[in-house]
Amino acid sequence: MLKYLMARNEDIPPGSSAVYWGFSAIVWFVIGTGLGAFNAAKLAFPDFVTGLEFLSFGHMRQVHVMAVIFGWISMAFGMAMMYITPALGNTKLWSEKLGLWNAFLWNVGLSLGLTVLWWGMNSGREYSDFPWFIDLYILCFMCIPLGINVWMTIIHRKTQGIYTTNWFFAAGTFMISIVLIVGNLPEYFHLTGLTEAYLTWWNAHNILGLWITPVAAAIAYYTIPKVTGNPLYSHRIGHLHFWSVVVFYSTPAAHHLMSAPLPEWLKSFASVEGVLILVPAIAFVSNILMTMQGKWNMFVENLEIRFTVTGCLMAIPLNMQGGFQQTRAINWYIHGTGWIVAHAHLALLGFSTFLEVAAVYLGMQTIMKRKLWSLTLGNIHFWFLLIGFTTYWVSMTIAGLIQGAGKIYEVPYIDVVIAEHPYMIARWLGGSLVFTGNCFWLFNMWMTARAGTVIPQGRMPHELAYER
Amino acid sequence: MNFREYKIGSRFFALALGGSMTITLFMPSLDIGSVSATEIAMDKQLWAGHESGFSLEDPLLLGWHKPYKVLLKADPKTGQPMDPTYAYVYEKGTPFPGGILHPDNLGPAAKKLSIDKGHILEANKNAGAVFMVKSEDQKQYYIENATATLGWTPEGVLKTAGDENTQHAAAGKSLFVREGCWWCHTLLPEQTQDWQVFGAPPMLGDFNGESPTAFGSDRKAPDILHVASRNASKEWMMLHFFNPRLVQPHSIMPRFDYLWGPVDASGKKIDFAKWRAEYNEYREGKRITPPEVPMYASNSEIRNLIDFVMNLK
Repeated sequence: MLKYLMARNEDIPPGSSAVYWGFSAIVWFVIGTGLGAFNAAKLAFPDFVTGLEFLSFGHMRQVHVMAVIFGWISMAFGMAMMYITPALGNTKLWSEKLGLWNAFLWNVGLSLGLTVLWWGMNSGREYSDFPWFIDLYILCFMCIPLGINVWMTIIHRKTQGIYTTNWFFAAGTFMISIVLIVGNLPEYFHLTGLTEAYLTWWNAHNILGLWITPVAAAIAYYTIPKVTGNPLYSHRIGHLHFWSVVVFYSTPAAHHLMSAPLPEWLKSFASVEGVLILVPAIAFVSNILMTMQGKWNMFVENLEIRFTVTGCLMAIPLNMQGGFQQTRAINWYIHGTGWIVAHAHLALLGFSTFLEVAAVYLGMQTIMKRKLWSLTLGNIHFWFLLIGFTTYWVSMTIAGLIQGAGKIYEVPYIDVVIAEHPYMIARWLGGSLVFTGNCFWLFNMWMTARAGTVIPQGRMPHELAYER
Repeated sequence: MNFREYKIGSRFFALALGGSMTITLFMPSLDIGSVSATEIAMDKQLWAGHESGFSLEDPLLLGWHKPYKVLLKADPKTGQPMDPTYAYVYEKGTPFPGGILHPDNLGPAAKKLSIDKGHILEANKNAGAVFMVKSEDQKQYYIENATATLGWTPEGVLKTAGDENTQHAAAGKSLFVREGCWWCHTLLPEQTQDWQVFGAPPMLGDFNGESPTAFGSDRKAPDILHVASRNASKEWMMLHFFNPRLVQPHSIMPRFDYLWGPVDASGKKIDFAKWRAEYNEYREGKRITPPEVPMYASNSEIRNLIDFVMNLK
């Protein structure tokens, strides 16, 4: 891929940048989940690798989070945008060269950012932990170029209308840039106190709500109709989903600070808006599941559909939790416990990752014109991810309920730590399973590129039978 | 894009996102911006300094250019004994906290007193300054620039107080951020149920000028906003940081023995490998007592961290 960085735009084969984004995403996924499993081991066995500052939990914890959010998830989004946006506009990507450079700068910037974060250079603000010069880099050299490529491709489309997926891609790339500018104002202009605390969570909430959630859903709006051959069940429900995301998902940031002394009206407002997140959630899930009508056999037979539908199904518990756990009635019990950690993984490792994995599987096969090398490895990947994630989620949810009870009934803290220990081990096992599954995936994708059966011109990957 | 629907759509989009940001950013900023700093906020920003996370003055979070909180028992100018008083020492080149740089941050009443009586606008970063938190009626607090009002110099105050009465709490808070203590220990007792165990939740004006607030979100360990009120033993802290399982066998906290640095208080090299080997023997029952934890040097990082923890009252 790197040889095309200096080539003329016309000389770069279409789809090159998508492949670069895709492989980068998978590698970051392996790194991110590997770090996660390592961190989990430290919580289960505190003397596992000890005495080294750079392998300590406090230094590595957020490297895992940022590697997953900006490495895996966002680069998988980039991959999806590089091939879905032009496909839906019946055109070519506006600039393959910009796409390649963007992926290259993304990898360089993220490696640099994670290195300084690992070193301990951080802002002390959750989800915007990078020091401000890295934040600026992410904005200017990672997010804005991606947005320009997506927007220009949509503007130069050869279709009259714009399909649902592309609304979300266009809005998502725009909104993440706004969020990163506003959310990092405390670092750029040294805002302090509650302003800093609130903007920290405004930023964190909106990275999730205006970038990860809508773009992941947009991918499913492409994958399901494309592979099943069914048209999207309802364009109008798609509208409802889009507009309710913008209105209801951008407003509840304060529900992350329900126990902080923020203005009470703000907390109440955020809490109500937080329940209304169920509107886009129900619109999305029902639209996708209705689109599956008559094609449910593919849920079993086709890997991409299985991943996507599983992700959509996980959106149901995710949003039921998300809508109600932030109300005062429930938040006082589970705030700050492992329940929230489980919920965050349900969002990023359950719902969103499963949709992105499907997009990367589908996109890589389509662009490289190679059938997936091994269905067996694909199945192993699916089940390792699902069982690993479920183990993680169940164990952390239980641990969270224990912590919540300990908090309410004022149990000495150490008794909570003792009670949680088995669940910490289960969490580590689940995380390790996810990591192992991803290693298989990387190998499978590599073999697909090298030795997958060539897909004939005009055929889709799912029209060919699996061979291994 | 010449499509009437998209023109309408993009206007609605601007309206929706702009409306959302008006409600969630602009309106709260009016409320939060009008909050006056409490005594706690003045104390906290003065001992923690300008910035505890990444900054150009301290890019690697090593505790460079940080103020000191000292307990004065004698007047640094005259040497006469006086009632024990806390002072915050900003040596030459140490950046001032938010309330000094932007007195609006303190709220109208404290701003007026701090400027008129406290002379905070006369503080000069290139010369350094000594600050105190003052109040005449024990209700309205303000910041006093003792360098301007009393002629105290940073060097003089540090010398009078002596090392044992000097707290490196600001450098310690940088360590709290750098080492990721806040991934497990929150600094935010919850309003609903933490009063009995972790103490009073903070109030509205308790954060003015503090950066970052580092509340933390994932409480894998006790809240420590008031930890020094529960446990004020430096010895316990020292054992606990070196190896938490010395004092709490079930703790899952990492060891922070690497913050001791290479040598102990007497300048002797610390043999970590030997210590761990002996500790393992103790754990296996081959020794009756665990090995001795070395006393930390006064310029070690662990000293800063313990000073920080001791300040969380």
